[in-house]
Amino acid sequence: MSEGERKSAEGYGTTGHSWDGIEEWNNPLPRWWLWVFYITVIWGIGYTIAYPAWPLVDRATSGLLGYSTRDQVVERIAEAEARNAGLHEQLAVADLSEVTANAELVNYAVRAGAAVFRNNCSQCHGAGADGLRMGSGYPNLLDDDWLWGGTVERIAYTVRHGIRNEQSDDAHWSEMPAFGRDELLGETEIAQVVHYVRQLAGLEHDPALSGPGEEIFLNECSACHMEDGTGDPEQGAPNLADAIWLYGGSVEDLTETVANARFGVMPAWSEEYRAGGGLDDAEVNAVAVYVHRLGGGE
Amino acid sequence: MAILEKHKVLEKNATLLLAASFFVVTIGGIVEIAPLFYLENTIEKVKGVRPYSPLELAGRDVYIREGCYVCHSQMIRPMRDEVERYGHYSLAAESMYDHPFQWGSKRTGPDLARVGGRYSDEWHVAHFVDPQSVVPESVMPKYGFLGDRLIEPTHIEDLMEANRMVGVPYTEEMIAAAHADFRAQADPDEGDIDALFERYPGAQARNFDGEPGISEMDALIAYMQMLGTLVDFSTFTPDPDR
Repeated sequence: MSEGERKSAEGYGTTGHSWDGIEEWNNPLPRWWLWVFYITVIWGIGYTIAYPAWPLVDRATSGLLGYSTRDQVVERIAEAEARNAGLHEQLAVADLSEVTANAELVNYAVRAGAAVFRNNCSQCHGAGADGLRMGSGYPNLLDDDWLWGGTVERIAYTVRHGIRNEQSDDAHWSEMPAFGRDELLGETEIAQVVHYVRQLAGLEHDPALSGPGEEIFLNECSACHMEDGTGDPEQGAPNLADAIWLYGGSVEDLTETVANARFGVMPAWSEEYRAGGGLDDAEVNAVAVYVHRLGGGE
Repeated sequence: MAILEKHKVLEKNATLLLAASFFVVTIGGIVEIAPLFYLENTIEKVKGVRPYSPLELAGRDVYIREGCYVCHSQMIRPMRDEVERYGHYSLAAESMYDHPFQWGSKRTGPDLARVGGRYSDEWHVAHFVDPQSVVPESVMPKYGFLGDRLIEPTHIEDLMEANRMVGVPYTEEMIAAAHADFRAQADPDEGDIDALFERYPGAQARNFDGEPGISEMDALIAYMQMLGTLVDFSTFTPDPDR
């Protein structure tokens, strides 16, 4: 059948294509489709004028609307800061010994501190701040057993400067001797003192070992851990007379601790020591208030 | 219309249609890709960015081999939530010596562009050995075997040469000292550490995994700990037009 011989309902012929006798009407595109197509073309041209698009000699056209992702993020952050205007600055310079009396500030600090904690602290201390598990080496922050003090000021200091790191000269620093590695105590003596420590904590122990262990404890350990083993947060000496263990309280764990010592490190979080990624004063204080209120704050 | 009549010629000749399609796509490609090589905002130089030290480069190779990029991106986008979580948004210059770049396209794990200095070496070791021991909700596989695989800088010069061919400015001196630098960074007591710092400012040198010998773990942690630390954002002011 030749082209144009037959007409479609709209009055158009065929395209002249024929596949096994199947032919194709040469109807025009639907009007609505065609107009949408033209509109998108016009929209596209307008878009490249309004937004950054065309590459020129050394940079692309910046667009009439002046859109810039770099500007936008600065604006968004400024907006968020404006909403907290006053509170953030107030918290940065707040007297931490009295901050808990200011309900509005505490409310802000706890919310901001929770975000800071989840982002920066939860990887070691756990999302729930429980130190992941007993003996993980990461302290549980929910209890009232504090290595370096549990007042808001002391927590803020620990967050700011960290523990045993090389970033801050003011980091908390204490170093337990490695009694075994450095041959300060023999194997038997270590076993004795380990059992005495278990006795202090009220755990199952061998009285034959813990008896002589007491004297070793008083000679070697009590200067930091105190004679009754309750520790001294001023020098970061843990309380040994409770059932809370940073590195585990089993005979094996305690033997390892006494023999080779532990050297837990916490980074300094103040922006002073972490260019570009640290916490500002208000954030340090916020997370300190948050941790303080988790349950064990002094 | 006459022009549509001419279009029929293209439609009826497959080879011609292919050639013409390729021509049109090429124009699109040139307009989109070529300007990236000369526009100032994509080649912005930023103070502090330097080529990777030999140990970091070896660690980066481990990172690529293990497919870390499949779950971790290395690009902080300029959005408030990302900037507040990860730190300053990434600059093009910060990955200028990355071949191939590690921007990634999916985050099963967090972005790592500024992970350097965020955690202690001990944390990294514990996390590689058993990620769930420090992040219970993590789905990351264990990589403890990296600590058992001791590495020698046998091919490090070749790797640096290859990087130089694609534009990383490694000097003859850097390549000549590659072995010494590789060892010194993992064992600062044994090597000439000052020369390393001279060649690679801002590098960190220590026994990263705390175990004797230089393992893939050492190299990978050396790489982790330098990510995003090279640019000093207390002195860097971004040009808003870029």
